[in-house]
Amino acid sequence: MGEVTHYGFPVRLWRALERHRPPGVNLLLRWRSPLRGPWLTSVLGLTLLISLPIVIVTGLLSYIAYGPQFGQAIPADVGWLKLPTFDWPTSPAWLYRLNQGVHVGLGLVLIPVVLAKLWSVIPRLFAWPPGRSIAQLLERLSLVMLVGGILFELVTGVLNIQYDYIFGFSFYTAHYFGAWVFIAGFVMHIALKIPRMVTGVRSLPLREVLRTDRTDTVAQPADPDGLVAADPSPATVSRRGALALIGGSALFMAVITAGQNIGGWTRPFALLLPRGRDHGDGPNDFQINRTAFAAGIIPETTGDSWHLTLSGGPTPVAVDRRTLEAMPQHTARLPIACVEGWSTTEVWSGVALRDLARLAGVPSPVSARVASLERYGAFNHSVLQGNQVVHPDALLALRVNGVDLSLDHGYPARVIVPALPGVHNTKWVASIDFQAV
Amino acid sequence: MSRYRAFYGAHPLHLLTMLAGFAVLGYVVATLTPKALWNPHVWWQSIAVWFAVAIIAHDLVLFPLYALADRLLTIPADRPARRPTRSAINYIRLPLLASALTFLVFLPGIIEQGAPTYQAATGQTQEPFLGRWLLLTAAMFGASAVVYAVRVARTRRRRVTDQT
Repeated sequence: MGEVTHYGFPVRLWRALERHRPPGVNLLLRWRSPLRGPWLTSVLGLTLLISLPIVIVTGLLSYIAYGPQFGQAIPADVGWLKLPTFDWPTSPAWLYRLNQGVHVGLGLVLIPVVLAKLWSVIPRLFAWPPGRSIAQLLERLSLVMLVGGILFELVTGVLNIQYDYIFGFSFYTAHYFGAWVFIAGFVMHIALKIPRMVTGVRSLPLREVLRTDRTDTVAQPADPDGLVAADPSPATVSRRGALALIGGSALFMAVITAGQNIGGWTRPFALLLPRGRDHGDGPNDFQINRTAFAAGIIPETTGDSWHLTLSGGPTPVAVDRRTLEAMPQHTARLPIACVEGWSTTEVWSGVALRDLARLAGVPSPVSARVASLERYGAFNHSVLQGNQVVHPDALLALRVNGVDLSLDHGYPARVIVPALPGVHNTKWVASIDFQAV
Repeated sequence: MSRYRAFYGAHPLHLLTMLAGFAVLGYVVATLTPKALWNPHVWWQSIAVWFAVAIIAHDLVLFPLYALADRLLTIPADRPARRPTRSAINYIRLPLLASALTFLVFLPGIIEQGAPTYQAATGQTQEPFLGRWLLLTAAMFGASAVVYAVRVARTRRRRVTDQT
């Protein structure tokens, strides 16, 4: 390169470090690929620069959708590490479904891109010396936040959507705070690297890359970051081939996961995901989030003795299922969408929550606390915002697809509210407490 | 300014960026509380351990493994071929990569890990996933074999017609 090597303070330390190369480094690490270089790294960096903020924002929006104003967003205490709280809208009904479909779906699609990006820069990890100044040392530490952050988020997210809780800690807490570590590392990285990314993207014209086949693919000139191999082997794949491979892998991930959110005929394509499975053709044969058995719901409590307690008004009102069936019935086709990115749209019918509020003596509630028969479990109750109670399609559903709810889907009655996170659509409802102020 | 650079090794903006970022990290850890990072009963079920292991698992396990596998695959390509035939490497690489990627991402279902929570959440078992993954892998290698066979046959026919 003909560039004079500069050392920061303390010069002697950095020089000594450079001289004391661990044995075997040269022997083990011979970078062969002629594809590594500023262009590939920058193009992958640009892809992630555009796409990862979408994953970040949808994740943070999901936290707001859980209702931090009621202390029911998890983790509850996040200080200033959240978007400003606002009332989550009820329209469009597919809002939460879209939000989580994008968050989880795009996260999965980006796995091959992230792995390719890490592959493209891995010579930097093993470079010796690890630094020549305090600045370089700090930057390396910041990369722990960046790389550790994205890998931690991907691993915990991927395990969570498959119900594998081998990590033992709270998924919500870890994924949420892990995200903020990543966000900090991401912003630091962007601030330092954007100029380099622009130079890198411009270092090869895209048209030229798309025209060059494998035999004509050669390494870029040596770069100051040391991404380009000093002694590259002949290319086994062209740059356009590598782009097709990475893009194709991302597309492949989309094809075998998106069905869990889109549903319909696309669902079976999600053939390795829990929510790509078939449940049968019956009206109650759709995805369950928690079985009645797991929730400890026994038939005795859901039989004729069951009644719903409506409170918040002058005196509590108790109604049984027959009374509910005699009230005006409302039908709505609504998706139920889980934080895990899967969704299913069904036709629900039952009593409008605003009719129940009127019955309770609270005609314009600002919130409502719904409690389940389920005695234990983090989601045996939920608080609904005023707009989520008074929306005409917000229901206490008794039936789905023309028949009574099955026990697994919340018989005798469950909540279904447009755009509400799935777990807040409480099943086996025992009481609703409407708040006037 | 140049003296500053010589000492620190970069522009002052670099230091400001670093300090701001590390301060945010400090705030995240303080809000989460450092105690929450560590599980004193089961050490490997700690957030801090998983964060560190995520890096180690990728950089020092996954990368060396796939680099080695690819190296073994490409060694034959290093030898100059006696006659120009279409290289088979990428026809093996592609399905191998797709198979490995799906194995990695969908591992819990394939090895039936977390069966009780899976059943509580879905009312089903993870029984079909191993078979599905094996069939998907078979289909991808099979499809690659068919495409490769067609291309080899075409190249051969072209060579034969060129000679006549």
